Amino acid sequence: MTPTLAVFKLASCDGCQLTLLDCEDELLALAGEVEISHFLEASSSVTGGPYDLTLVEGSVTTAADAERVRAIRAASRHLVTIGACATAGGIQALRNFADVDAYRRVVYAHPEYIDTLATSTPVSAHVDVDFELRGCPIDKRQLIEVITAFLAGRKPDVPNHSVCFECKRRGTVCVTVAHGTPCLGPVTHAGCGALCPAYQRGCFGCFGPSGSVNLPALIPVLRRDGLDEDAVGRFLHTFNTAAFEEEWAP
Amino acid sequence: MSVTAAPAMIDRAGLDALVAALVAQGRTVIGPTVRDGAIVLAELDSAEALPFGWGVELDAGRYRLARRDDGAAFAHSAGPQSWKNFLHPARERLWSAERTPEGDVSFTAAEPAVPSYAFLGVRPCDLRAIAIQDRVLTGGRHTDSGYAGRRERALLIAVECTEPGATCFCVSTGGGPAADPGYDLALTETDGRFLVRVGSDEGAALLDRVPHRDAGPDAEETARDAVDAARERMGRALPPVDLRTLMGASLAAERWDDVAARCLTCGNCTMVCPTCFCTTTEEVTDLTGDHTERWQRWDSCFDLDFSYLHGGPVRSSPYSRYRQWLTHKLGTWHDQFGTSGCVGCGRCIAWCPAGIDITEEVAALDAERTARGTETD
Ligand code: SF4
Ligand code: SF4
Ligand code: SF4
Ligand code: SF4
Repeated sequence: MTPTLAVFKLASCDGCQLTLLDCEDELLALAGEVEISHFLEASSSVTGGPYDLTLVEGSVTTAADAERVRAIRAASRHLVTIGACATAGGIQALRNFADVDAYRRVVYAHPEYIDTLATSTPVSAHVDVDFELRGCPIDKRQLIEVITAFLAGRKPDVPNHSVCFECKRRGTVCVTVAHGTPCLGPVTHAGCGALCPAYQRGCFGCFGPSGSVNLPALIPVLRRDGLDEDAVGRFLHTFNTAAFEEEWAP
Repeated sequence: MSVTAAPAMIDRAGLDALVAALVAQGRTVIGPTVRDGAIVLAELDSAEALPFGWGVELDAGRYRLARRDDGAAFAHSAGPQSWKNFLHPARERLWSAERTPEGDVSFTAAEPAVPSYAFLGVRPCDLRAIAIQDRVLTGGRHTDSGYAGRRERALLIAVECTEPGATCFCVSTGGGPAADPGYDLALTETDGRFLVRVGSDEGAALLDRVPHRDAGPDAEETARDAVDAARERMGRALPPVDLRTLMGASLAAERWDDVAARCLTCGNCTMVCPTCFCTTTEEVTDLTGDHTERWQRWDSCFDLDFSYLHGGPVRSSPYSRYRQWLTHKLGTWHDQFGTSGCVGCGRCIAWCPAGIDITEEVAALDAERTARGTETD
């Protein structure tokens, strides 16, 4: 029987699931190998579970979503989370370090209508996850690799090392060493192909911490490259804010 | 080899003619050129693209281009790449396989890409590094056929060093700024002219196609003096001790904790090192599962997954990974390949974002051993 694929979304911007639609060259081949049972961004026709492979985008920010993700897990043979929100709580995890009630009162005319949790957490904080694919957004080649690997029943080839590995393999001149540009590549998970340094920008960590992070060792390097203490904090508090925060225990 | 030719002299026009002759032969000429704020190695259409008038200012974790007013083409060192990027590329297909609807599987070995390279500007340290990779990748029972093919065809034009960088320490690794045999031609740049020594028949034939004159003893002496002076101006040095013994005696050193606190385990040092050769393989399948390929790609002892055996990585701590790198490079490399794995090019020092300096680490290990020795006396 053709395996079924489902795509669900929690608190997120839709960019990661859009990556699936963006796989223009592979979409036809994919449609030949899986039956897409639930993918609202592509089609309103949905069939119920169980699903062989479920991709979940977004973080858990409401009690309702915490409930929903348990139901999604129960209906899925394999559950893969995609993107910084689903794997690390995303940019909205900035709330984890703030007073959510105070924000709610300041931002909304009717704060009583807002029903939200005090934290934004990755899906893995709520249910077992079979694989986490990083990125903000995820990389299209890696997404196809993960789907292909699940179809073949093998481990996806998604290396856990730093962006620097890809940067050097690509032949890019290191922006930190040669230009003094702050770069999070040494602590960031590979996967993008070292995109930003190839355009002479420092990596801002959109894939989150690599499999082997020594964040305290990067702080003096960032300071050397001109970031003051506040700027270092801001640099790390972007798409994977909660994940880098965990690594930051000095 | 019938190489008896006396050294010749070429000028800038000769250099232009040299590159033009190589291009005319259909060679892919690779040499230094300025790109993105560094002197990188890239394909050259003509000598025009060489970094005339550019030097570099180097320090641990720091590289900056600097203008020179002498217009020299080769007065720089330790760029972010080495010749291994071409001979032992970051990614290479090894084989592919197809499955038919009947379920039969057929394998096809990949034809390695074997361009006819001419490398212009191979530093003496890099010449030694190539010899080391020759030993590693083609000297054993299992030859890397892609490397062997590319190496076999490659023409090497060395350039001796007259301007060592602040991170260079080749002299203390037993080398130096003068080119050892192994080149086809060796150039020494002095005052906008180039002394040319011939190292092979192919080099001699190439020189014949380029306007040149005999160098004469004065020019030879000027070139030799410039290289000798460079020998005295090394930016750094390894301690003058038997490093293999030092590594063996340092396995439990406290210094590893110190360096592990600073090391990002980012892998840059191994990627830029001209002798580091480690690779892993990746399997690629298409969505149908009927087509699969095996690729080889650079890997590194700093990669956690590199030592992954059944159930987990053997070298899980940064401590064990940095120690593996250094003790292999300077110690067990001797047991495996009969030489040190370090030629003193200084790349790992300059291109380490954290500025970790191999010479400083080795000196600290040596000092620690000395202190230990004193304690136990
Ligand atoms: S530019 Fe950034 S990612 Fe690339 S090698 Fe340098 S530090 Fe690493
Ligand atoms: S270089 Fe860094 S910020 Fe840029 S795409 Fe890659 S992981 Fe994201
Ligand atoms: S260990 Fe460092 S100095 Fe030695 S050859 Fe490698 S990159 Fe050059
Ligand atoms: S020594 Fe430097 S370049 Fe090498 S892994 Fe450690 S931080 Fe990276």
